[in-house]
Amino acid sequence: MSAGTSWAYTEKVKEHFINPRNILDDEDAYPADGKGIVGNIKCGDEMLMVIQVDKKKETIADCKWKTYGCASAIASTSVLSEMVMGMTLEEARRLSPKEIMAELGTLPEHKVHCSVLGDKALRAAINDYYGRSGNADKVVKEEARLICQCMNVVDHEIEEAVLDGARTYYELQERTKLGTVCGQCEEEATQLLDQYVAEHFGDRD
Amino acid sequence: MARKPIYLDHNATTPLHPEVKAAMADALDTFGNPSSLHGFGREAKTLIDIARDSVAALVNATPEEVVFVGSGSEANNTVLSALSCASAHCRNGMAPGTDIITTTIEHPCVLDTCKCLQDRGLAVQFVEVDQYGKVDMAAFEEAVTDRTRVVSVMMANNEIGTVQDIRTLAGIVHGHGALFHTDAVQAVGKIPVDVRELDVDFLTFSAHKIYGPKGIGALFVKQGIPFCPLVRGGHQERGRRAGTENTLGIIGFGKAAEMRAREMSEEAPRLRALRQTLREGIEARIPDVSFNGHPTDCVPNTLNVSFDGVEGESILLYLDLEGVAVSTGSACASGSLDPSHVLLATGLPAERAHGSIRMSLGRANTNEEIEAVLGILPEVVERTRHMSTAYARRRS
Repeated sequence: MSAGTSWAYTEKVKEHFINPRNILDDEDAYPADGKGIVGNIKCGDEMLMVIQVDKKKETIADCKWKTYGCASAIASTSVLSEMVMGMTLEEARRLSPKEIMAELGTLPEHKVHCSVLGDKALRAAINDYYGRSGNADKVVKEEARLICQCMNVVDHEIEEAVLDGARTYYELQERTKLGTVCGQCEEEATQLLDQYVAEHFGDRD
Repeated sequence: MARKPIYLDHNATTPLHPEVKAAMADALDTFGNPSSLHGFGREAKTLIDIARDSVAALVNATPEEVVFVGSGSEANNTVLSALSCASAHCRNGMAPGTDIITTTIEHPCVLDTCKCLQDRGLAVQFVEVDQYGKVDMAAFEEAVTDRTRVVSVMMANNEIGTVQDIRTLAGIVHGHGALFHTDAVQAVGKIPVDVRELDVDFLTFSAHKIYGPKGIGALFVKQGIPFCPLVRGGHQERGRRAGTENTLGIIGFGKAAEMRAREMSEEAPRLRALRQTLREGIEARIPDVSFNGHPTDCVPNTLNVSFDGVEGESILLYLDLEGVAVSTGSACASGSLDPSHVLLATGLPAERAHGSIRMSLGRANTNEEIEAVLGILPEVVERTRHMSTAYARRRS
């Protein structure tokens, strides 16, 4: 279990884990323009992200976060918080988990899902800002249906996994981590899996 | 780091006892096949015989009742697979559908094997435990019937250290004419284990948990009890486990057993006192903690603690950076996404299981080490809580 001398993470992950940047010290005292919270403690990880926005430029002036999460969640969100400073809200929103991973080096595969929490919390915070500042039209409602409550997996992620090669429920679990906690979404996820496979690959298989 | 690393993960594995290391080093050139009749073979055979005596003596078995296998997991697989053979033609076979009973807190090598047997059509029941990890006696008595063929209950739990009343459980099982197996991997070497007193039919133990080498385990098979090998095709171990003997491992196991027999009785109260220091120190210095496992029916070396509002893997890795080795029941450290099945089985909420740390002490741990850990731990927990969404909300 212990990482021992050969650390299971890259030096960069380790460094951010030891010295995480932009931790939110006092939630009540922080004048947030936008706030996003994702995940669930029961599932073992939760992420809170708050942003301050330069209203003229629509850029992120400051960003702070907190997590109930593992080393991967801590390190990746720490890196993310540095990356987004000064970015426009739209740039920040388009930031993909892949770009964060590229900045971090690499993570053990079963840790990848931990690293997308910060990203999701950031998008929630940006939406929250738009909502609060009277720009409801800019709120990007991810036209998504939440399938797996525990791992926060939505329908289009299942579609992506199918496009990425998933053909069985197990492969779907491997790629999206859905259904790995309480398992209640298995039936719905399997239906969607079949539907997307038929949609995209129906004639070929 | 100036300070020597502190190892508090003895339930995962133990370092070699210096005497074991010496005995194995002395035997490195003993290469003969113990089955060979010539001098080279006889030399190896003699050393194995001596080791078998020591290993058997540690649990009060006869040497003939000890089968050396590759690991504790193999021993457990052997018992469950052999006794659930569904063939009507096998002399040790059991009728399909006959019950197997185990508990919800067993090691995965028992749970997964039982689930596999279930898939093969056998009826397996998983008896639940109470909040301390003790088998629910009423449920157990109800589960065991005259249809039951084999029951497997671990003696001491690896995660929380809770010790079951094996003798009573075995008595209930024998009352129904069934066979009783206990996985005593975490008990042997920590508390007295006597196969006669416990009245068990099979008992599993392993060398690397008692300062012996890895890759060698033992299965006690009571004389006269039906048995079917998992690995076939050789006369080794009286036909009960084929394959040329792991001479070096067996010699190491023998020496480890001999040293345990000598050292355990003095060591147990010392470890119990160290664990108490650790527990009281944590309670005094860190708020919002809770301890998992049975307060008294517990092996002396194991302390399992949940820190509210933090995730265990972070604590483990921060401690690792400080040179302190522990383990956690958090999902993140396990490679799966589920927290410890043992802690969940005791009814612990998932967030407390995610925030659990196991410290398992061993023969070389000192009071100074425990004090050093108590010096480091509060700061690590505080730092992790400071960035935790869960703890902040909890406090406000």
